[in-house]
Amino acid sequence: MTQINVRVDGASYSDDVEPRTLLVHYLREQLGKVGTVVGCDTSNCGACTVHLDGQAVKSCSVFAVQADGSQVTTIEGIAGDGVGGALHPVQRAFHEMHGLQCGFCTPGMIMASIDLLKENPDPTETEVREGIEGNLCRCTGYQNIVKAVRHAAAEMRGQAPGDPEASPAVVDTAAAEHVVAQS
Amino acid sequence: MTAVEDPAAPETPVEPAAAKEVGQARRRKEDARLITGETQWTDNIVLPGMLHMAMLRSPVAHGRITHLDVSAAKERPGVVAVYTGADLAEEQGSLPCAWPVTPDMVNPGHPSIAVEQVNHVGEAVAIVVARSRTAAADALEAIDVDYEPLPVVLDMEQAVQDGSPLVHDSTSSNTSYHFVFDAGDAGTGADTEQAFTDAEVVVSRRFVQQRLIPAFMEPRSVVVQPSRDNYTMWSATQIPHILRVMAAMVTGIPEHKLRVIAPDVGGGFGGKLQVNPEEILALLVARRLGKPIKWTETRGESLMTAHHGRDQVQFIDVAADRDGTVRGLRVRLLADMGAYLRLITPGVPALGAFMFPGIYKFPAYRFECDGVFTNKVPTDAYRGAGRPEATFAVERIMDELAVELGMDPLELRRKNWINADEFPFTTVAGLQYDSGDYAQATDQALELLGYDELRAEQQRRRETNDPVQLGIGFSTFTEMCGLAPSRVLGSLAFGAGGWEQASIRMLPTGKVEVVTGSTPHGQGHETAWSQIVADQLGVPFEDVEVLHGDTAISSRGLDTYGSRSLVVGGTAVVKAAEKVVLKARKIAAHLLEASEDDLEFAGGKFAVRGTPGASIGIQEVALAIFAAHDYPEGIEPSIDAEATFDPENFSFPHGTHICAMEIDTETGFAKIRKYACVDDVGTIVNPLIVEGQVHGGLAQGIAQAMYEEAIYDAEGNLTTGSFVDYLVPAASDLPHFDTGNTVHEATSNPLGAKGVGEAGCIASTPAVVNAAIDAVRHLGVTELRMPLTPERVWRAIHHGGDGGDRAAAVSNAQGVTSSGAADASTGGAQ
Ligand code: FES
Ligand code: FES
Repeated sequence: MTQINVRVDGASYSDDVEPRTLLVHYLREQLGKVGTVVGCDTSNCGACTVHLDGQAVKSCSVFAVQADGSQVTTIEGIAGDGVGGALHPVQRAFHEMHGLQCGFCTPGMIMASIDLLKENPDPTETEVREGIEGNLCRCTGYQNIVKAVRHAAAEMRGQAPGDPEASPAVVDTAAAEHVVAQS
Repeated sequence: MTAVEDPAAPETPVEPAAAKEVGQARRRKEDARLITGETQWTDNIVLPGMLHMAMLRSPVAHGRITHLDVSAAKERPGVVAVYTGADLAEEQGSLPCAWPVTPDMVNPGHPSIAVEQVNHVGEAVAIVVARSRTAAADALEAIDVDYEPLPVVLDMEQAVQDGSPLVHDSTSSNTSYHFVFDAGDAGTGADTEQAFTDAEVVVSRRFVQQRLIPAFMEPRSVVVQPSRDNYTMWSATQIPHILRVMAAMVTGIPEHKLRVIAPDVGGGFGGKLQVNPEEILALLVARRLGKPIKWTETRGESLMTAHHGRDQVQFIDVAADRDGTVRGLRVRLLADMGAYLRLITPGVPALGAFMFPGIYKFPAYRFECDGVFTNKVPTDAYRGAGRPEATFAVERIMDELAVELGMDPLELRRKNWINADEFPFTTVAGLQYDSGDYAQATDQALELLGYDELRAEQQRRRETNDPVQLGIGFSTFTEMCGLAPSRVLGSLAFGAGGWEQASIRMLPTGKVEVVTGSTPHGQGHETAWSQIVADQLGVPFEDVEVLHGDTAISSRGLDTYGSRSLVVGGTAVVKAAEKVVLKARKIAAHLLEASEDDLEFAGGKFAVRGTPGASIGIQEVALAIFAAHDYPEGIEPSIDAEATFDPENFSFPHGTHICAMEIDTETGFAKIRKYACVDDVGTIVNPLIVEGQVHGGLAQGIAQAMYEEAIYDAEGNLTTGSFVDYLVPAASDLPHFDTGNTVHEATSNPLGAKGVGEAGCIASTPAVVNAAIDAVRHLGVTELRMPLTPERVWRAIHHGGDGGDRAAAVSNAQGVTSSGAADASTGGAQ
């Protein structure tokens, strides 16, 4: 067991974890942050995407101990003032544009999209498609997700994004690894 | 219709009966919890004292268990119990198969956990129950097991040969059943052999429907809580009601002591239309230990052990005259059942049997299918279930017939399809198509695609020998939806009916609870049902709450699959609402001191005809009846109602899908240039949801054409056992879709809805393959195997044939480069 200190969605936690515990399991099982889900065992689906110090990561490919001393933001912390607060523009856009069906991929998609928009505030359709290719969705065929991301982008540009995370945009390397040779 | 009218209003405006909510692009109610992470997935459930279950799974496709020692695993930290198949043999029963398609179908039975023999890789041979998920997984490693290998049967065409090794010792062959539909014998068509003898042209093809994996995003998960002799089971299932009945039968737990809850379910696509071995095992273990049990699969387990779909070899012959008039259709299938018959395994190809004639006026038709056992995980329902396979075959062979006759593929279709003025039309397969207009949908789709310009570009590319060629492919399809009339399902030997149930509870404050037996996993029932009820009762959309997926709340239902939710379940809601209004009318008449006959109901209000101002809203009636101070004799203090709907006929959505495909002849790389489709799904309750369903279906249908295939190696190992190898397309793999609709209402239900869940998936696969072949046909390509990997396409162009089988270990994403230069000796295998 190793002790870690993390801030998750604005609250501080100090916990003992097994060195092999993945961040996603720590979040779900020890902190009860079940908004972040597990969809695969190979870091391919992106369902578990959270922000680690402002950068989108697949929380199934990070050990909890690696998050020691870091800030983690999950889907539950993305709305203004936490649960029940004003929705993040990207959350709102997923709803407005019907960018979800079963919703299982949705938290990860939203987290990845927020990161993408930090990097590129005005992405083209192709740029969105490439930007979220580390996140799989089986329901929507992606078209409305793409629409939602661009819709949110427009709104965020117009409104000067009230992003709760101050850290600079960083490319999500985990997502980039999923680039399939097909494309 | 969005607010209760002021009862004191001087006039009693009779609002038009026309629906207001139905047809609106309402944003979904269910989104609120899904976008904030407040969703209740089964794996989120944590109960006091809960134990975790993990399975040891066979690495051997076919073998006898000769040695199984679990004693060391029992000593591992955190382990509470370990069970083998032998431990549970007495009580585990056999998993149900509810669709014996022929009276003499051979079903060897399906244990939830292997007892003596394993028949596919991934079959459970031991269970560890431990205090944590990781402890359970760790202890699996301490189990000692040996297998005596048996010959592995993988290829269906070999499996049906005399002398083939058998999957099951207990059977005399690997053929489970032989199902025949002969239109001549059924009296719905002419003699097929004669039609072929008389025809001027016969075109024959062999198509392979590769094995696919539903790959819902939420892994399967089950939690069982025992409480004395009562059990509550949460499961990521499409079918809580059916599961409850079946689990009770299998385990002997009385049905009334078992409550099944499907909380939020993360996709299904038919893959969660199953009674899973693990669900039964969780019940058995919970019963033994008296403790809550959870099992959640890994993605690897999911791909390996949740049922697969498709997997057919199709032999298709079409007979026609030189002028293009079709004369007959003959279909012979081998359908891979895998090692066992699961819930509706044998029924999937039989269901498809009725769709092979598609939208065409074939005068003669014969269908034969052998269900074949192999040492693979069982197949079962996957989005479209039987209908995509049929649609692919007929839409592909119509293109081949067009080439044979030197006709334009669209002209051939126009010549043979059912014209709008011919509905209702009884097909050669005996189905009565009720409504539609194939020409209208086609014309709109051509427009949407920009057909003429693309054809001109195709011509230019051919003439200039452009390395990138362009092709255009059609799929003019229909499907049978809204499963379905119980008597028809009975005649097909399906073990359940096709009705659906709903009830409406008017709460004292006028709010409305709708309870539906249909159980969503992403289809937006809560929103669509609210729209329907808002119109029917004239109450605000926001005042309606839809409850589902819990057998303690929704007592009866047949759940969600086969695009039946809206068509059957939505209609049950309409029927229940009609009863509510009927009951409320009596109370309203009493309260208004009027005769029932003088009341008009519109906009949520009962008004006395000819007496301005005399009216009462249905929501007020609900409060009045709750108080029950003053109501006439013989009236119960409730206007709640329950209704069941059993449709008279299937519904028949149709559409025209057109794909424009670019193929790089130097690399074999295929890319969709444009995709346009116009679907007729009857009345559209919510355009947003309909569009979303079409998009999702297209993604899956295109994925079959271009990306996905479950591949087993020669030993029966699934080599596409993770998302690294099984290529569920990402956003960057798919094109933008241009979609449209025509509306011809279904006549089989009062909503006029036809069902939309499977349309995109059924229609798109042949459109894509037809487009790819059209792009390179002038280079000699007449067939391409799915999925259209660059390697296959390259081989077909440069070496002929259909591109051949994929090497088991090669992911389609790797294409030409992974296998070096495509080898002529392996290319073109047929
Ligand atoms: S769970 Fe699939 S990428 Fe993390
Ligand atoms: S909405 Fe179901 S997986 Fe994306």
